[in-house]
Amino acid sequence: MDIHEYQAKELLKGFGVNVPRGGIAYSPEQAVYRCSELSGDKWVVKAQIHSGARGKAGGVRICSSEEEVQDAAQWMLGRRLVTHQTGPQGKLVNRLYIEEATNISQELYLAFVMDRTLERVVVVASAQGGMEIEEISENEPESIIRSVVDPAVGMQSFQAREIAFQLGLDAPLITQATKTIMGCYELMSQKDAAMVEINPLVVTAGNEIVALDAKLSFDENALFRHPSISELRDKSQEDPRETYAGDRGLNYIGLDGKIGCIVNGAGLAMATLDMIKMAGGEPANFLDVGGGASPERVLMSFKAVLNDKNVEAILVNIFAGINRCDWIAEGVIRAVKELDIQMPLVVRLSGTNVEEGQKLIAESGLNILTANTLAEAANKVVGQWKTAELKEAV
Amino acid sequence: MAIIINSETRVLVTGFTGRIGSFHAQDMINHGTNVVGGVTPGKGGMQHIGLPVFNTVKGAVAETGADMVISFVPPPFAADSIMEAADAGIKTCVCIADGLPTQDMIRVKRYMRRYKEEKRMRLIGPNCAGVITPGQAFAGLMPPHIYKPGRVGIVSRSGTLGYEAASQMSERGIGVSSSIGIGGDPINGSSFKDIMELFEADPDTDAVVLVGEIGGPQEAEAAEYIRDHMSKPVAAYIAGLSAPKGRRMGHAGAIVSAFGESAQEKVDILKQAGVSIVPTPSSFGDVVEKMVA
Repeated sequence: MDIHEYQAKELLKGFGVNVPRGGIAYSPEQAVYRCSELSGDKWVVKAQIHSGARGKAGGVRICSSEEEVQDAAQWMLGRRLVTHQTGPQGKLVNRLYIEEATNISQELYLAFVMDRTLERVVVVASAQGGMEIEEISENEPESIIRSVVDPAVGMQSFQAREIAFQLGLDAPLITQATKTIMGCYELMSQKDAAMVEINPLVVTAGNEIVALDAKLSFDENALFRHPSISELRDKSQEDPRETYAGDRGLNYIGLDGKIGCIVNGAGLAMATLDMIKMAGGEPANFLDVGGGASPERVLMSFKAVLNDKNVEAILVNIFAGINRCDWIAEGVIRAVKELDIQMPLVVRLSGTNVEEGQKLIAESGLNILTANTLAEAANKVVGQWKTAELKEAV
Repeated sequence: MAIIINSETRVLVTGFTGRIGSFHAQDMINHGTNVVGGVTPGKGGMQHIGLPVFNTVKGAVAETGADMVISFVPPPFAADSIMEAADAGIKTCVCIADGLPTQDMIRVKRYMRRYKEEKRMRLIGPNCAGVITPGQAFAGLMPPHIYKPGRVGIVSRSGTLGYEAASQMSERGIGVSSSIGIGGDPINGSSFKDIMELFEADPDTDAVVLVGEIGGPQEAEAAEYIRDHMSKPVAAYIAGLSAPKGRRMGHAGAIVSAFGESAQEKVDILKQAGVSIVPTPSSFGDVVEKMVA
C-alpha cells in the first residue's frame, strides 16, 4: 500500500528524520494561508498523488509570491496528472502539500528495499541524488552503495556511518546522516514498510540533512498490526474498479481489454490472461476468486467484472481443488439470471465435482457456452466476442 | 520413494482443530496419509477426528515421532508455528497460510539457519498448495484424484497451475513421482533450485516440470542449476506473459520489479539452459509427452 508524501514525511519526522516544514491544502485559499503560516518568501507547491516523477507532469512548482501559489494550486487541484507510473488515465490531485523552499547544496539518494535474492533488507544509497534509481544505475553505476542488514540484530550504527562516509559527506554531517539512515531503517522495521525511498535526501546550504521527498510503501500482509498505517489509505488514488472489488474481498486488477475473467488461483488467472491474448483478445481484468468460493462469491465476482463498462464478454476458468465446480456453476447461473447477462459467456470447469457442475449448467437452459480445456475456452470467448462485435458494427 | 513425502511420513497438523485444519486433515487421512495427530495450544489431551491433540509441537513429536508438520495456522501466527516446528526437530514443514508479512518470513529464515544444515528443517511454502506423492500420501490442499502415480516430478509456485499440469499429464497416461507447491510469496522456504536438487537425486523421477511466473530471481537461479548440474530433462511454463510491469498479480511475489523478472525474460533464460518450454498453459500434456518419449 502506497501513501502520500506528506504522510510519509510525518512518519519519518517521528523517527528523527529532518523534513522541511509544510502544511496540507485542499483549496487554493488554504494553500495561500499555509504560506503565511510558514512565512518566508519561497514555497513549493506539491501535488499529492501516489506516483513519482510528479515534477515532469507539472505537479511540483516553486513559487515566490502568494499569487503564484494561488495559481499553481488552482492549476493542480482537480487535475489528473499523468506520469510514466500512473498509466494514461493519470491520478487525481485532490490535496496539495505546501512546503518552505529549501536551499540545496547537494542531492543524495537513499532507499531501503526487500532483496528477494538475499532475503534481507538492503540499503541502497548514492551521492547522485535527484535522478531516479534506474537512471543512476544506468549513468553512475559505480556511485551506488549497498549495505545488507542482518535480520537477527537489525541495522547497526556502524553500517549507517559507513554509508555516510561512502557518500563523501563532511565529518560534521556524519552524525546527522547516521541518525537519518537509522531513523528510516527503524521506520521500515517497526511499521513493516516494504520500501522506503528518500530521493532526494539533501544537504542544505545551512549544512543540514533533510528528506526533500519521501516515498513509503507498506506490506499489505502486515497492515493488520498497524491500524494507524491502514488509515492512511487514499482510495481516490486507486482504480475505482479495484476499490469496488477490493472492498468486497476480491483479488482484482483492472486491465484495458474487453474480456472479463473470473479464475481461481493467481497463477491460473495469469495464465488465463496470457491465453486470451494468444487467442487474439485483450483481457479486461485479473480476478482470483480464491479457494472454497461460494455461489455468493461467484455472483460477487460477476458484479465486480461487470462494474467495468468496457467488458463485452466473460470467461470463467476454474480448476477446483478446494473449490467445488457445482458451487461455481450455481453462482454462474445465479449471476446470469440476476444480472441479466446477455454478452457472450464461456465457462470452463475442471476438478472437484466437475460432472455436477457441468450438469447444472447444461440443465439451466441458459445461454452459457462451455469448454473442456483452457485453450478451447480462450478461443471460444475471443471468437464469440469478435462475432458479437461484428454484429454490432453491421 | 519419490521426494519429501511418502506413505511412511508421520504427519502432524498444526491449527488442527480449526475448520480448515480439520477438513484437510480428514481429506489427507482419506487418501492414505499417515496423520499421527495435531497441535492446538490449550486443547492438549483431547481427541479430534479420532486423533490425539497436543499443546506443543515438541510434546507431539515426543509422543508420535512426527517428522512432518503441515501448518494451517492463520497468517498472523504462521511464522511462530513454523519456528516452533523447526525447534521441535521436524524434518519438513509445509505452510499453507497466504498472507504472511514479509518481515516475518525474513525472521523465520534467519531463525532456521541457527540449526546445522543436516538438522535444519525444510520449509515448503508459505502460500502454497502443499506436497503430494501420488498413490502414497499428501500434505496440502490439492485434489489427489487428478494425479496418477508415475515418474515425472512437478514443482510449481501456483497451486492451480500445478493441477493443470498434472491433469493434462494424467489424460495422456503420464504419472507424477511427486508434486511440490513452493508457493507464491516473495520470500519462501524452498526455491525451485532446492526442489530440483531433490528431483535430480531421486531414483524414482525421470524428468521434471517447472511451473513459474513473473517476479523474483528463482526461475533464473533454477535455470543455472539445470544447465550446470542436471542430467534429467526439464520442461517449464512461465505465467504472466501479458502481465503489466509493476503490478502485483494476485500472488504477493508476482510482481516484476527488476531485470530478468518478466515472463519473457525467464522463458529466454530457461530456453538457453536447455529447458523445453511449455508455450501455453494448455500444452503441458504435449510438451511433457514429447520430453519423456
